Amino acid sequence: MKELKSLFIANRGEIAVRIIRAARELGIRTIQAHSVADADSLAVKMADEAVNIGPPHAAKSYLNIPVIIEAAKKAGADAIHPGYGFLAENAGFADAVVAAGMIFVGPSGDAIRTMGDKVSARIAAEKAGVPVVPGSGGRIEDLTEATQIAERIGFPIMIKAAAGGGGRGIRIANTAEEFAQFLPQAQGEAQAAFGDGGLYIEKVITKARHIEVQVLGDGERAIHCFERECSLQRRRQKLWEEAPSPVLPDKVRRKLCASAVALAEAVHYKGAGTIEYLYDDESHDFYFIEMNTRIQVEHPVTEFITGLDLVREMILIAGGARLKHRQDDIKRSGHAIEVRINAEDPARNFMPFPGLVKGLRVPGGPGTRFDTMLYDGYQVPPFYDSLLGKLIVWDETRERAIDRMKRALGELEIGGLKTTKPLHLLLADDAAVRQGQFHTRWLEPWLEANAAKLAE
Amino acid sequence: MPHELLSPLPGTFYRRPAPDKPLYKNEGDEVAVGDVIGLIEVMKSFNEVKAEVAGKIVKFLADNEEPVMAGQALVEIA
Repeated sequence: MKELKSLFIANRGEIAVRIIRAARELGIRTIQAHSVADADSLAVKMADEAVNIGPPHAAKSYLNIPVIIEAAKKAGADAIHPGYGFLAENAGFADAVVAAGMIFVGPSGDAIRTMGDKVSARIAAEKAGVPVVPGSGGRIEDLTEATQIAERIGFPIMIKAAAGGGGRGIRIANTAEEFAQFLPQAQGEAQAAFGDGGLYIEKVITKARHIEVQVLGDGERAIHCFERECSLQRRRQKLWEEAPSPVLPDKVRRKLCASAVALAEAVHYKGAGTIEYLYDDESHDFYFIEMNTRIQVEHPVTEFITGLDLVREMILIAGGARLKHRQDDIKRSGHAIEVRINAEDPARNFMPFPGLVKGLRVPGGPGTRFDTMLYDGYQVPPFYDSLLGKLIVWDETRERAIDRMKRALGELEIGGLKTTKPLHLLLADDAAVRQGQFHTRWLEPWLEANAAKLAE
Repeated sequence: MPHELLSPLPGTFYRRPAPDKPLYKNEGDEVAVGDVIGLIEVMKSFNEVKAEVAGKIVKFLADNEEPVMAGQALVEIA
């Protein structure tokens, strides 16, 4: 295999900065791709070289596979790091990088394909012995069969159109009577809306928590780096992430993490990945939902509790190194919390707020890390997502970590922009958050109830 | 006196509700106050741009998928 001495970064924002840092420590030359709108970005200033890959619109730049491959080849890059978002989970891109004679920093195109498709991922998980959300598994055509499955898995049950998407055609039946009533309706609607009356059904986990396991694999062997909990979400966007989960009993943690390793090894996973689960706090059952075949936004909380550098590890593995850690080498200590600082105004329904940064004060001190692409005088472009930075803290206990987060948030100042900082300050003082009492649908009603406070 | 409809936000201008959907409006179309002319995407959030005056669309001053600044003229209505 080709030695990895130069790395082309096909991403932007804070993760591009994070990748440059990891590469530089390894003595790897960095080439930063950027759109016209990102010519002044911190990543461009920090990288050894920068290449303009096109117009602001992501489809014409950060998502433009032929242009990126050509630019990377021309720059003499040995490898391409996709970051997260954009092309990170595009199997065709991973294949194209390899076909062009370069290394893709991530798993194979085939592994991305297997884990990226909901049905094949569920099948792979079941094969590896990982629990999946109980349901019909595939399409059901027959109402009698559906009723039998429903009685086996128990209510409430979600009825979904097989051909649907984006939440369309979903009904929730709380009782057998409702199920008998909704099923023919759903079938008729699905037929009318999608020309396909096929349905599938799944158990509803009412107060599910989102818990995910970080894995590292070298294609043969995999290890886990414990879990993260990311239940505080708005519109399925994570806002507050922590490690370890405040509620997971040790016995369940061992089973959960072992299941993630089994799945990663079953698909010959190479690089850093995350296996996401729903966790039922009352029954202690966990269910596979999906795998993210890339580095994740919230990876720093895992880095804080384990001492690993996950981005470095993924680059080393991409360069052909075997996993240097045994499972027993991975120890965790203390508690880490990350909050996402987005250019959004929580007082005005999270309205995006791009603009000029005038006066930036970055928090510091013990156990405090701020991963960002901001600098004073930076014009935040309106074309990409709203993440400005991630404030991550570590302390010996969760209580202490929350206190430290409050202290660090107090130090953070981003002049000229509206951000999610006031939201996180309120959350840090909330009794339920302090006690770790929340689930994936907890934050949205909380935001409504606290709208007046957020508007202050 | 032609009226220029200005973009309320910086972002990407779209003339269609979705890539596979027809244009909201064409040059020469009559518009009423409140008619949707296009979308501005700001940080992955989509905001409708509505006509503030009634009249006829003379000319689009920004293209579909063009990056625009806040206050930039999008369309001329007479």
